[in-house]
Amino acid sequence: MWEIKHSRSASFYDRFERKGGNTEITHYCPGCGHGVMQKLIAEAIDDFGIQDRAILVGPVGCSIFMYYYLDVGNISASHGRAPAVATGVKRARPEAVVFCYQGDGDLAAIGGNEILHAANRGESITVFFINNGIYGMTGGQMAPTTPLGQRTTTSPRGRSFEVEGPPMRMCELLATLDGPAYIERVALTNARQNMRARKAVRKALRNQVEGRGFSFVEILSPCPSGWKVPPEEANRWVEKYMVPVFPLQVFRDLDHSDRLPKGIDVSKGGGIPFAADPPVPAAEAPEGGSVARGTIGEEALTLSGFGGQGVLFAGMALAEGAMREGLEVTWIPSYGPEMRGGTAHCHLRLSRQPIASPWISRPTSLIAFNQPSIGKFAHAIQPGGLLLANASMVKEVPDRKDIRIVRIPSYEIASELGSAKSTNMVMLGAYLELTGAVDQESILAAFVEKGTRPGMLESNRRAIEAGRRAAVEAEQA
Amino acid sequence: MRLLMKGNEAVMHGAIAAGCRAFFGYPITPASEIAEMASLLLPDVGGVFIPAESEIAAIQMLFGASSAGVRAMTASSGPGISLMQEGISYMAGALLPGVIVDVQRAGPGLGNLGVEQGDYHQVVKAGGHGCYKTPVFAPNSVQEMCDLTIHAFDVADRYRTPVMVLADGALGQMMEPVTITTSAAPEPEKPWAVTGTAQTRQNLITSILLEHEKQEMHITGLERTYAEIEKNEVRWEEVRTEDAEILIVAFGISSRIARAAVAMARAGGVRVGLLRPISLFPFPARRLRQLAGKVYAILVLELNNGQMVDDVRLHVAGITPVELMRRTGGMMPAAEEVAEALRKMEKECVGNQA
Amino acid sequence: MADRGDVIIAHHLCKGCRLCIVSCPAKVLEQGTALNQQGYCAALYRGSGCTGCGICFYVCPEPGAITVRVRKLGEGKPAA
Repeated sequence: MWEIKHSRSASFYDRFERKGGNTEITHYCPGCGHGVMQKLIAEAIDDFGIQDRAILVGPVGCSIFMYYYLDVGNISASHGRAPAVATGVKRARPEAVVFCYQGDGDLAAIGGNEILHAANRGESITVFFINNGIYGMTGGQMAPTTPLGQRTTTSPRGRSFEVEGPPMRMCELLATLDGPAYIERVALTNARQNMRARKAVRKALRNQVEGRGFSFVEILSPCPSGWKVPPEEANRWVEKYMVPVFPLQVFRDLDHSDRLPKGIDVSKGGGIPFAADPPVPAAEAPEGGSVARGTIGEEALTLSGFGGQGVLFAGMALAEGAMREGLEVTWIPSYGPEMRGGTAHCHLRLSRQPIASPWISRPTSLIAFNQPSIGKFAHAIQPGGLLLANASMVKEVPDRKDIRIVRIPSYEIASELGSAKSTNMVMLGAYLELTGAVDQESILAAFVEKGTRPGMLESNRRAIEAGRRAAVEAEQA
Repeated sequence: MRLLMKGNEAVMHGAIAAGCRAFFGYPITPASEIAEMASLLLPDVGGVFIPAESEIAAIQMLFGASSAGVRAMTASSGPGISLMQEGISYMAGALLPGVIVDVQRAGPGLGNLGVEQGDYHQVVKAGGHGCYKTPVFAPNSVQEMCDLTIHAFDVADRYRTPVMVLADGALGQMMEPVTITTSAAPEPEKPWAVTGTAQTRQNLITSILLEHEKQEMHITGLERTYAEIEKNEVRWEEVRTEDAEILIVAFGISSRIARAAVAMARAGGVRVGLLRPISLFPFPARRLRQLAGKVYAILVLELNNGQMVDDVRLHVAGITPVELMRRTGGMMPAAEEVAEALRKMEKECVGNQA
Repeated sequence: MADRGDVIIAHHLCKGCRLCIVSCPAKVLEQGTALNQQGYCAALYRGSGCTGCGICFYVCPEPGAITVRVRKLGEGKPAA
């Protein structure tokens, strides 16, 4: 004759085996809001039929042991990081229904950054924020949400604006962001408010099931033990001291189904870029430069100049060409906070043998794009080595008879070609002419493979060849 | 097919070849190119890149993706790795695989962006709290940045542990030809993961064990795993050790300088060999002891204040003199200086005993 | 006339917080005087007057402490 209307949810374990001890009862204090909230969540999971898909990312705090009770996939996060963990879970398993459950210390203090950014990204997750204005588990210390005047174990004189600052309102804070779809604050104070909380819980979970975006429900929740008042009084306490600070309302209610973050798409499984590509047959196998042909040994080249002169790029182009001639190559740049206008240099080794150190303390060649490069590196050039200087900027070269010194007005040459930016290619051309280290065609082939536009390719070729001519002229002079 | 690329780029190519489908990263020089490559490449293979709000969040996103059974990773440099230590400890405690790449720079504090190996202690000795370790692999070439990243994923899944790749700014920024390998072992089943299905509903990912007995059992289990790792996963490289009278020990980029120095010293008639630990945990202790018994002296070359040297001395256990040569702050010893130190060592130690 | 509802309180799961007692619109719940195995004075149903509204269920923090039943449709009415 009776039918059951309300009873223990199927989404709770029958017995709380993980808890040990008395396995039938929760560890929460009498009158605690956590128990009520978890019943509301479990009931919604039952009703929406999502128990298998549901994944709880639990917090640190009194509710850390929620996984004793909720028979869903459980992951326990470190303090405050549940929204970051949930982000990883949801992106990895977009079909799962992922929800965080966090207290005020966890979410508003240590995890302030994680919740802000998960909300701002509009992660397709649901966050339940249990605000009782106190650190419950550790014995009632002041939290970011503790109302002014409230005494706690760490605000024994009462929280004051001057010392601890005023309480933080997380719903209002999150409502300044465009990411969230749904934000509401409710309170567990009496039967009517509990039913409003029930509605909000259901909406926040349904939003995720229906793919409507990031949902956030703040629940003002009694902590009779932390506040040291009986449960009935704790509920009135929420009404009297918390609701005036944290108004109950819907802050946001939108449908973000057209702008959900993307998760992993397993259907795009296998492709590994580049790895499976067959070797590109060299259409016209370049003969190779003097390193590849063995007429000179290892080439240890330093290129140096101002950031923006294309120093690193010239080195890279040479490295690409050398690699295509089957050489071992290392290219190592200077790197630093200066993006432009600072100094830049790179070391380049080209060899038929495996290369040990990528650094060069005694270069066989130095390409100096500016005057400071001379001061920094010219003394170290090996006897018999080459100093190729950009005469447009290098006014003084060292008085060394044991090295070859060639000066090229590369800026003027490049400008005449109509492209002052090709200074680096002019210098590269001159270097190729003087050392023959790498075949010019190997470098140009690398440009083609890298997708350099034909116009730019031609411009580079002209600059390299102009550099070569200039080197010949400079040598003859 | 050989491709010229930076070490940082090679890491991500390797990761994708290994089946990594999620990357969570925060920019930091000299590691940023890894995140940049992840953001470029991952969407094409159905993967996800998230620019995390901090390294703290990045490692926790990795915690989440790994909990859900997906191969995922993050990368940073020293200051960011310090922030990640919390999450690495939690991953170790929760038995979660994952790969973390440290492209070291100079420290402490903000330090500078130069090449240093000062994170050895915080990476090899488990910089987070509690009783755990992480396997650590130290590449010394751009090719190994790719290969050891792949290997790191395999080891991480095999032992359910976070694995670290300890690189540095030079390896991250330098370019060398790379052949992208695909030889990763197939990704194992992960029945322990929480994937949002009926089969995995009762799974629990956590690192909390309130009962002391259970926590101790858990740690004993971790120790068993680490013992297995020590048995199976030791890697090292030797150069010219067959007749060596002097041994130089160096890892990562400094092993490249050591290698050049070995060639120079050998050219001068010094019989010197190089032992390069590739796995830093597990440390190639047994091989080191064997070699220590054969040589007259050992020189440890590090770009830090002397961190790996502690392990070398521990395992050599006083049977052979161990000296340290190091630079810090982004300063680099020239191979010539190292060769000179080896020559000097030979004169003092071999000469004395001959 | 028979009651529309019925409430079953699991004596051993109640923590005696009284929230159900103060919330019950029909005022049919009261606190017992005997301690249960947890050491709480569990709430009791007076045995009649329950309307089956479910409020006690939604204010109770324990997952399994309260079960509310209602009479099946068509039952409980006086015979025609």
